[in-house]
Amino acid sequence: MSSDEQHRFIADAMNAGSPQARALGLVTLEIGDAVAILKAPYRPEIVGDPETGVIAGGVVTTLLDHASGQAVHAALAEWTSIATLDLRIDYMRPAQPGRDVLARAHCYKVTRSVAFVRAVAYEDDPDDPIAAAQAAFMLDSSAGKKPGANLKPPRAKASGGQGDAV
Amino acid sequence: MTDAATRLSAVLGSIPYARFIGMHAELAGDEMTAILPFSDHIVGNPLLPAIHGGVLGAFMEMTALAQLSVAEPLKRQPRTIDVSIEYLRSGRPLTTFARAQIKKVGRRIANVHVEAWQEQRAAPIAALRGHFLLTSADE
Repeated sequence: MSSDEQHRFIADAMNAGSPQARALGLVTLEIGDAVAILKAPYRPEIVGDPETGVIAGGVVTTLLDHASGQAVHAALAEWTSIATLDLRIDYMRPAQPGRDVLARAHCYKVTRSVAFVRAVAYEDDPDDPIAAAQAAFMLDSSAGKKPGANLKPPRAKASGGQGDAV
Repeated sequence: MTDAATRLSAVLGSIPYARFIGMHAELAGDEMTAILPFSDHIVGNPLLPAIHGGVLGAFMEMTALAQLSVAEPLKRQPRTIDVSIEYLRSGRPLTTFARAQIKKVGRRIANVHVEAWQEQRAAPIAALRGHFLLTSADE
Protein backbone atom coordinates (compact mmCIF):
# COMPACT_ATOMS: atom_id res chain seq x y z
CA MET A 1 0.00 0.00 0.00
CA SER A 2 1.41 3.42 -0.92
CA SER A 3 1.49 5.99 1.84
CA ASP A 4 -1.36 7.92 0.16
CA GLU A 5 -3.47 4.76 0.09
CA GLN A 6 -2.54 4.05 3.70
CA HIS A 7 -3.56 7.54 4.83
CA ARG A 8 -6.87 7.24 2.97
CA PHE A 9 -7.44 3.81 4.53
CA ILE A 10 -6.81 5.14 8.07
CA ALA A 11 -9.04 8.18 7.51
CA ASP A 12 -11.93 6.09 6.20
CA ALA A 13 -11.48 3.60 9.05
CA MET A 14 -11.53 6.46 11.58
CA ASN A 15 -14.77 7.80 10.10
CA ALA A 16 -16.51 4.44 9.81
CA GLY A 17 -15.03 2.84 12.94
CA SER A 18 -15.59 5.69 15.37
CA PRO A 19 -19.25 5.63 16.42
CA GLN A 20 -19.33 9.38 17.14
CA ALA A 21 -17.84 10.20 13.72
CA ARG A 22 -20.42 7.91 12.16
CA ALA A 23 -23.24 9.49 14.16
CA LEU A 24 -22.16 12.93 12.91
CA GLY A 25 -21.64 11.63 9.36
CA LEU A 26 -18.04 12.92 9.16
CA VAL A 27 -16.40 12.42 5.74
CA THR A 28 -12.78 12.94 4.73
CA LEU A 29 -12.67 14.97 1.51
CA GLU A 30 -8.89 15.12 1.20
CA ILE A 31 -6.06 13.37 3.00
CA GLY A 32 -2.30 13.24 2.56
CA ASP A 33 0.95 15.12 3.19
CA ALA A 34 0.12 15.88 6.84
CA VAL A 35 -3.15 17.57 5.83
CA ALA A 36 -6.74 16.39 6.28
CA ILE A 37 -9.93 18.08 5.10
CA LEU A 38 -13.14 16.79 6.66
CA LYS A 39 -16.82 17.64 6.36
CA ALA A 40 -19.58 17.59 9.01
CA PRO A 41 -22.87 17.60 7.08
CA TYR A 42 -25.53 19.94 8.48
CA ARG A 43 -28.36 18.23 10.39
CA PRO A 44 -31.02 19.70 12.67
CA GLU A 45 -30.02 17.38 15.58
CA ILE A 46 -26.58 18.95 15.88
CA VAL A 47 -27.72 22.54 16.25
CA GLY A 48 -26.44 24.41 19.31
CA ASP A 49 -28.76 27.41 19.40
CA PRO A 50 -32.24 26.75 18.02
CA GLU A 51 -32.96 30.48 17.82
CA THR A 52 -30.34 30.84 15.12
CA GLY A 53 -30.12 27.28 13.70
CA VAL A 54 -26.35 27.44 14.04
CA ILE A 55 -24.44 24.16 14.42
CA ALA A 56 -23.29 23.51 18.03
CA GLY A 57 -19.82 24.62 19.05
CA GLY A 58 -19.37 21.10 20.37
CA VAL A 59 -19.80 19.61 16.90
CA VAL A 60 -17.10 21.95 15.63
CA THR A 61 -14.92 20.75 18.55
CA THR A 62 -15.45 17.11 17.58
CA LEU A 63 -14.85 17.85 13.89
CA LEU A 64 -11.61 19.75 14.61
CA ASP A 65 -10.38 17.03 16.99
CA HIS A 66 -11.15 14.31 14.46
CA ALA A 67 -9.61 16.21 11.53
CA SER A 68 -6.50 16.97 13.60
CA GLY A 69 -6.09 13.29 14.46
CA GLN A 70 -6.28 12.33 10.78
CA ALA A 71 -3.70 14.99 9.92
CA VAL A 72 -1.35 13.39 12.47
CA HIS A 73 -1.80 9.98 10.85
CA ALA A 74 -1.23 11.61 7.44
CA ALA A 75 2.10 12.95 8.73
CA LEU A 76 3.34 9.54 9.88
CA ALA A 77 4.82 6.81 7.71
CA GLU A 78 3.36 4.07 9.89
CA TRP A 79 0.17 3.85 11.90
CA THR A 80 0.52 4.40 15.62
CA SER A 81 -2.09 4.98 18.30
CA ILE A 82 -2.62 8.64 19.15
CA ALA A 83 -4.48 10.56 21.86
CA THR A 84 -5.34 14.25 22.15
CA LEU A 85 -3.33 15.90 24.92
CA ASP A 86 -4.79 19.34 24.58
CA LEU A 87 -6.98 21.25 22.21
CA ARG A 88 -7.50 24.99 22.17
CA ILE A 89 -10.26 26.41 20.02
CA ASP A 90 -10.99 30.05 19.21
CA TYR A 91 -14.49 30.68 17.91
CA MET A 92 -14.35 33.65 15.54
CA ARG A 93 -17.93 33.73 14.32
CA PRO A 94 -21.06 31.56 14.28
CA ALA A 95 -21.37 29.01 11.49
CA GLN A 96 -23.86 29.92 8.78
CA PRO A 97 -27.21 28.29 9.59
CA GLY A 98 -28.09 25.23 7.55
CA ARG A 99 -24.61 24.78 6.01
CA ASP A 100 -22.10 21.94 6.14
CA VAL A 101 -18.95 22.73 8.10
CA LEU A 102 -15.50 21.78 6.80
CA ALA A 103 -12.27 21.48 8.74
CA ARG A 104 -8.73 21.64 7.39
CA ALA A 105 -6.03 20.34 9.72
CA HIS A 106 -2.26 20.43 9.21
CA CYS A 107 0.17 18.48 11.34
CA TYR A 108 3.15 20.80 11.13
CA LYS A 109 5.54 19.10 13.53
CA VAL A 110 6.10 15.55 14.73
CA THR A 111 8.57 14.69 17.46
CA ARG A 112 9.29 11.28 18.93
CA SER A 113 6.37 11.50 21.39
CA VAL A 114 4.20 14.43 20.37
CA ALA A 115 2.55 15.76 17.20
CA PHE A 116 1.44 19.38 16.82
CA VAL A 117 -1.53 20.41 14.69
CA ARG A 118 -3.25 23.59 13.56
CA ALA A 119 -6.76 23.43 12.16
CA VAL A 120 -9.54 25.73 10.98
CA ALA A 121 -13.28 25.19 10.53
CA TYR A 122 -15.09 27.03 7.69
CA GLU A 123 -17.86 26.74 5.13
CA ASP A 124 -16.22 27.91 1.88
CA ASP A 125 -12.92 29.56 2.58
CA PRO A 126 -10.27 28.55 5.15
CA ASP A 127 -9.26 32.23 5.25
CA ASP A 128 -12.71 33.11 6.60
CA PRO A 129 -12.78 30.68 9.51
CA ILE A 130 -15.60 29.87 11.94
CA ALA A 131 -13.03 28.58 14.42
CA ALA A 132 -9.32 27.91 14.68
CA ALA A 133 -7.70 25.17 16.72
CA GLN A 134 -4.26 24.31 18.02
CA ALA A 135 -3.77 20.78 19.29
CA ALA A 136 -1.09 18.46 20.63
CA PHE A 137 -1.30 14.70 20.33
CA MET A 138 0.60 12.03 22.18
CA LEU A 139 2.03 9.34 19.89
CA ASP A 140 1.91 5.63 20.68
CA SER A 141 -0.65 6.49 23.34
CA SER A 142 -1.97 2.95 23.64
CA ALA A 143 1.50 1.44 24.18
CA GLY A 144 1.02 -1.69 26.24
CA LYS A 145 -2.77 -1.35 26.16
CA LYS A 146 -4.67 -4.19 24.60
CA PRO A 147 -7.99 -3.82 22.81
CA GLY A 148 -10.71 -3.61 25.44
CA ALA A 149 -8.30 -2.15 28.02
CA ASN A 150 -10.85 0.45 29.03
CA LEU A 151 -13.42 -2.19 29.86
CA LYS A 152 -11.40 -3.24 32.89
CA PRO A 153 -11.26 -1.19 36.07
CA PRO A 154 -8.16 0.98 36.49
CA ARG A 155 -5.08 -0.71 37.87
CA ALA A 156 -4.73 -0.98 41.67
CA LYS A 157 -5.10 2.50 43.04
CA ALA A 158 -2.47 4.12 45.18
CA SER A 159 -3.66 5.27 48.60
CA GLY A 160 -3.83 8.79 47.15
CA GLY A 161 -6.71 7.62 45.01
CA GLN A 162 -5.02 8.13 41.64
CA GLY A 163 -6.41 6.14 38.74
CA ASP A 164 -4.33 4.98 35.82
CA ALA A 165 -2.74 7.90 34.07
CA VAL A 166 -2.85 7.46 30.32
CA MET B 1 -38.99 24.00 40.53
CA THR B 2 -36.71 26.89 41.41
CA ASP B 3 -35.94 29.61 38.86
CA ALA B 4 -32.45 28.22 38.41
CA ALA B 5 -33.79 24.73 37.80
CA THR B 6 -36.26 26.07 35.25
CA ARG B 7 -33.50 27.96 33.46
CA LEU B 8 -31.27 24.87 33.53
CA SER B 9 -33.82 22.54 31.97
CA ALA B 10 -34.69 25.25 29.44
CA VAL B 11 -31.10 25.72 28.31
CA LEU B 12 -30.21 22.03 28.03
CA GLY B 13 -33.59 21.18 26.50
CA SER B 14 -33.03 23.86 23.89
CA ILE B 15 -29.66 22.55 22.67
CA PRO B 16 -30.31 19.75 20.16
CA TYR B 17 -26.68 18.65 20.36
CA ALA B 18 -26.98 18.17 24.16
CA ARG B 19 -29.84 15.76 23.51
CA PHE B 20 -27.87 14.14 20.68
CA ILE B 21 -25.05 13.11 23.03
CA GLY B 22 -27.55 12.35 25.81
CA MET B 23 -26.40 14.77 28.53
CA HIS B 24 -28.52 16.14 31.37
CA ALA B 25 -27.86 17.97 34.63
CA GLU B 26 -28.93 17.97 38.24
CA LEU B 27 -29.04 20.77 40.77
CA ALA B 28 -28.33 20.43 44.48
CA GLY B 29 -29.05 23.91 45.77
CA ASP B 30 -26.82 26.10 43.64
CA GLU B 31 -24.43 23.30 42.75
CA MET B 32 -24.93 21.79 39.32
CA THR B 33 -23.63 18.44 38.15
CA ALA B 34 -23.80 17.58 34.47
CA ILE B 35 -24.19 13.90 33.61
CA LEU B 36 -23.23 12.13 30.39
CA PRO B 37 -24.43 8.51 30.46
CA PHE B 38 -22.30 6.19 28.37
CA SER B 39 -23.74 5.20 25.02
CA ASP B 40 -22.17 3.55 21.99
CA HIS B 41 -22.52 6.53 19.69
CA ILE B 42 -20.23 8.75 21.80
CA VAL B 43 -17.27 6.40 21.35
CA GLY B 44 -14.28 7.76 19.43
CA ASN B 45 -11.84 4.87 19.72
CA PRO B 46 -13.73 1.58 19.39
CA LEU B 47 -10.69 -0.58 20.25
CA LEU B 48 -10.20 0.50 23.84
CA PRO B 49 -13.11 1.65 23.76
CA ALA B 50 -12.80 5.33 24.68
CA ILE B 51 -15.22 8.25 24.54
CA HIS B 52 -14.48 10.70 21.69
CA GLY B 53 -12.36 13.61 22.87
CA GLY B 54 -14.57 15.99 20.92
CA VAL B 55 -17.65 14.71 22.76
CA LEU B 56 -15.94 15.27 26.12
CA GLY B 57 -15.01 18.79 25.01
CA ALA B 58 -18.56 19.47 23.86
CA PHE B 59 -19.96 18.02 27.10
CA MET B 60 -17.75 20.32 29.20
CA GLU B 61 -18.51 23.34 27.01
CA MET B 62 -22.24 22.78 27.42
CA THR B 63 -21.69 22.25 31.17
CA ALA B 64 -20.15 25.73 31.26
CA LEU B 65 -23.08 27.19 29.27
CA ALA B 66 -25.56 25.47 31.61
CA GLN B 67 -23.75 26.73 34.71
CA LEU B 68 -23.88 30.28 33.36
CA SER B 69 -27.62 29.97 32.83
CA VAL B 70 -28.07 28.64 36.37
CA ALA B 71 -26.06 31.50 37.86
CA GLU B 72 -28.22 34.27 36.44
CA PRO B 73 -30.96 34.90 33.90
CA LEU B 74 -29.53 35.69 30.47
CA LYS B 75 -31.26 37.22 27.51
CA ARG B 76 -29.66 34.75 25.16
CA GLN B 77 -27.41 31.77 25.27
CA PRO B 78 -23.82 32.95 25.81
CA ARG B 79 -21.48 32.54 22.85
CA THR B 80 -18.27 30.59 23.22
CA ILE B 81 -15.20 32.72 22.51
CA ASP B 82 -12.51 30.16 23.22
CA VAL B 83 -12.03 26.88 25.02
CA SER B 84 -8.84 25.16 26.07
CA ILE B 85 -9.26 21.47 26.75
CA GLU B 86 -6.82 19.23 28.61
CA TYR B 87 -7.18 15.49 28.26
CA LEU B 88 -5.91 13.73 31.35
CA ARG B 89 -7.18 10.18 31.16
CA SER B 90 -8.97 8.17 28.55
CA GLY B 91 -12.78 8.30 28.82
CA ARG B 92 -13.83 4.77 29.73
CA PRO B 93 -17.26 3.33 28.84
CA LEU B 94 -18.84 4.69 32.04
CA THR B 95 -21.05 7.59 33.07
CA THR B 96 -19.11 10.87 33.00
CA PHE B 97 -19.83 13.77 35.37
CA ALA B 98 -18.79 17.41 35.13
CA ARG B 99 -18.93 20.48 37.33
CA ALA B 100 -18.24 24.05 36.32
CA GLN B 101 -16.87 26.92 38.35
CA ILE B 102 -17.52 30.43 37.19
CA LYS B 103 -14.26 32.21 37.90
CA LYS B 104 -15.44 35.63 36.79
CA VAL B 105 -18.48 37.19 35.22
CA GLY B 106 -17.87 40.64 33.79
CA ARG B 107 -20.24 42.89 31.95
CA ARG B 108 -19.62 41.09 28.66
CA ILE B 109 -17.28 38.17 29.30
CA ALA B 110 -17.40 35.18 31.64
CA ASN B 111 -14.50 32.88 32.48
CA VAL B 112 -15.49 29.32 33.40
CA HIS B 113 -13.47 26.25 34.43
CA VAL B 114 -14.93 22.75 34.07
CA GLU B 115 -13.67 19.39 35.26
CA ALA B 116 -15.00 16.00 34.13
CA TRP B 117 -14.57 12.73 35.97
CA GLN B 118 -15.93 9.20 36.04
CA GLU B 119 -15.46 6.94 39.07
CA GLN B 120 -13.28 9.23 41.15
CA ARG B 121 -13.79 12.93 41.55
CA ALA B 122 -10.11 13.26 42.49
CA ALA B 123 -9.00 11.65 39.20
CA PRO B 124 -10.49 13.90 36.51
CA ILE B 125 -10.45 12.60 32.92
CA ALA B 126 -10.51 16.04 31.28
CA ALA B 127 -10.66 19.76 32.06
CA LEU B 128 -11.81 22.80 30.12
CA ARG B 129 -11.21 26.51 30.55
CA GLY B 130 -13.27 28.85 28.45
CA HIS B 131 -14.35 32.42 27.80
CA PHE B 132 -17.95 33.15 26.94
CA LEU B 133 -19.53 36.25 25.48
CA LEU B 134 -22.64 37.32 27.36
CA THR B 135 -24.39 38.83 24.37
CA SER B 136 -26.07 42.13 24.71
CA ALA B 137 -29.13 42.87 22.60
CA ASP B 138 -27.27 44.93 19.98
CA GLU B 139 -25.04 42.14 18.59
